[in-house]
Amino acid sequence: MTPERKAAAPAEARSLLATAWLRIRRSKIALLSLCVVVAIMLFAILAPVLSAMSGNDPFTSNTSPEVLDDFQTPGLPLPGYMYPSAQHWLGVEPGLGRDLFARLAHGGQISLTIALLSTLVSVVLGTVLGAAAGYFGGKTDAIISRIMDLFLAFPHLLLVLSLTPILQSRLRDTPLGEGSFLPMASLVIILGFFGWAYLARIVRGQVLSLREREFVEAARSFGASHMSVLFRQIIPNVMGVVLVYATMLIPTNISAEAALSFLGVGVKDPTPSWGQMLNAAQSGNWYLSDPWFLAVPGVMLIITVLAFNLLGDAVRDALDPKASRH
Amino acid sequence: MITFILRRAGSLILLLAAVSFITFTLFQLGPSDPAAAACGQECTPERVAEARVALGMDQPFLIQYADYMRGLFSPRMIGAPGAQSICEWPCLGKSFQTNENVADIIGRSLPYTLSMAVGALVLWTVSGVGLGLLAALRKGSAADKVIVGAASVGVSLPIPVTGLFLLLLFVNQLHLLPFTTNEINSPFGPHGPWAWVTNYLLPWIALAVLFSASYIRVTRANMIETFGEDFIRTARAKGLAPRTVTFKHGVRAGITPVVTMLGMDIGLLLGGAVLTEQIFSVPGLGFTAVHAAISGDLPVTMAITMLAAFFVIVANVVVDLAYAAIDPRVRLQ
Repeated sequence: MTPERKAAAPAEARSLLATAWLRIRRSKIALLSLCVVVAIMLFAILAPVLSAMSGNDPFTSNTSPEVLDDFQTPGLPLPGYMYPSAQHWLGVEPGLGRDLFARLAHGGQISLTIALLSTLVSVVLGTVLGAAAGYFGGKTDAIISRIMDLFLAFPHLLLVLSLTPILQSRLRDTPLGEGSFLPMASLVIILGFFGWAYLARIVRGQVLSLREREFVEAARSFGASHMSVLFRQIIPNVMGVVLVYATMLIPTNISAEAALSFLGVGVKDPTPSWGQMLNAAQSGNWYLSDPWFLAVPGVMLIITVLAFNLLGDAVRDALDPKASRH
Repeated sequence: MITFILRRAGSLILLLAAVSFITFTLFQLGPSDPAAAACGQECTPERVAEARVALGMDQPFLIQYADYMRGLFSPRMIGAPGAQSICEWPCLGKSFQTNENVADIIGRSLPYTLSMAVGALVLWTVSGVGLGLLAALRKGSAADKVIVGAASVGVSLPIPVTGLFLLLLFVNQLHLLPFTTNEINSPFGPHGPWAWVTNYLLPWIALAVLFSASYIRVTRANMIETFGEDFIRTARAKGLAPRTVTFKHGVRAGITPVVTMLGMDIGLLLGGAVLTEQIFSVPGLGFTAVHAAISGDLPVTMAITMLAAFFVIVANVVVDLAYAAIDPRVRLQ
């Protein structure tokens, strides 16, 4: 590769994001959802700082009779501790009396880490396999396409639900299996590994038409190897579609983490996540005693998924006007 | 048409075989030790070894798979030599927890899942297609904007949040509906159809909110595209009544992608609505799968996953055949 060619790649990437940004800037809803997404990311990244500012941490429980009722509804926070106050910004959790704000912030960090990392795994797998299928064609394409069909035939949630405990039993004795790391690692692997097929199918379709273009032929006639053409010519040209589907996969994975932890196979107490907090609100029917315990993780989850979804719509409109969203 | 059906049927059988093999591999080779899971909490190394023989895990992997598949066609014996018991046809193995035939567990759960699917399907199809069509007909109006906005919010509502909220509001606070009971699993049971409707209404709504949002989007997008086509202009130009143009010409042509989606979603839902069943304690396939997954009851989770994938694949083929029946061009591809 000549130096000029190397310099061309980052310019391409920048222009892609720049196009997206130009279009997003024009739409109020897109701009607002981008701001909300950035705010939620900051909230999650700064979780340790924010909870230290509030003077609490997500793990210390306080079951003293001054905090939790032990008379009428044992375990329910007393009025001064149920709702937002200067000491506990979102009140405390029923049963164990842990600070809800600290759990929401740290839980967000875990939920978003799982969603982003699993999206990354799916995107890398989907892009490389989809591009390889489309570029090489023939037997490679036949094999990869059949695997995609098989992956798409399985009901996603059911498969992920039944395989997560199995993977956890495998990882338990490995370096990945330590404490709170185990559910995170297993969810990233499972969600990432079972989420690539749809993207791969889209990328394959794009590459089928790209590989006939002159610049690919030109690169080949310069003596570039197939691998070099695939990674330097083909894949940079499908990054637009990849970016669109990556933005749409993030909210799907946030919901999936919430669903699995809610069902009790993902992140488990004492490690917080938004799904685990929903699980905690349902177990013992605490949310029936006071809707607040459902509202804290529930509203946060809805806002996050909605903001990512709207941003995904905006990115799609900006970069891939033909794609339709289901 | 007949060659098309035969070809699709052939690929259907291949795909079902592949899916069953992959599921079997994942569930049999995946766990670090299925025999330990089978033998439960208090387990000695000897008992694990016994369980391994009883499960046939001392056999080569392909023989284990062949044995499992044989159970789909005839009864077979299960268990260690000397302590074998018969597993009636259709045999999908026996539960680690209760030693019950997995096929019986599935047979018991299926009516609940069907009850969930039928009502939710009617609700979301009517509301999704209806609202999508309305939005497309009044494109750009306030009604369109409200519907599109509601659909954007709808796809972002996680089922655990909506489900628990519905329970809290309608059952706990307003006392309008009873909490779901597992005595009712069909409209033709002793409690009658009305009890069936009130029993399943909340789960139906929880499911329908999520599904109808995507149906609104797809219906609206497709109808807007169809209404912009030349044949609609021709139909209008020759003086047909607006209603005839909309329904006889427009909807008939633009609804096909929605039919595809519907076919796939029916297949998906027959495998069990995992979250909704869990929230409303409806003991269908999804509920059973969650509990089996948590307690490590491998034969049950494996059979339900396999069955659900079968439903998805069969639904796909049915949609293809329906397409080919409607549109002759499809058969030639």
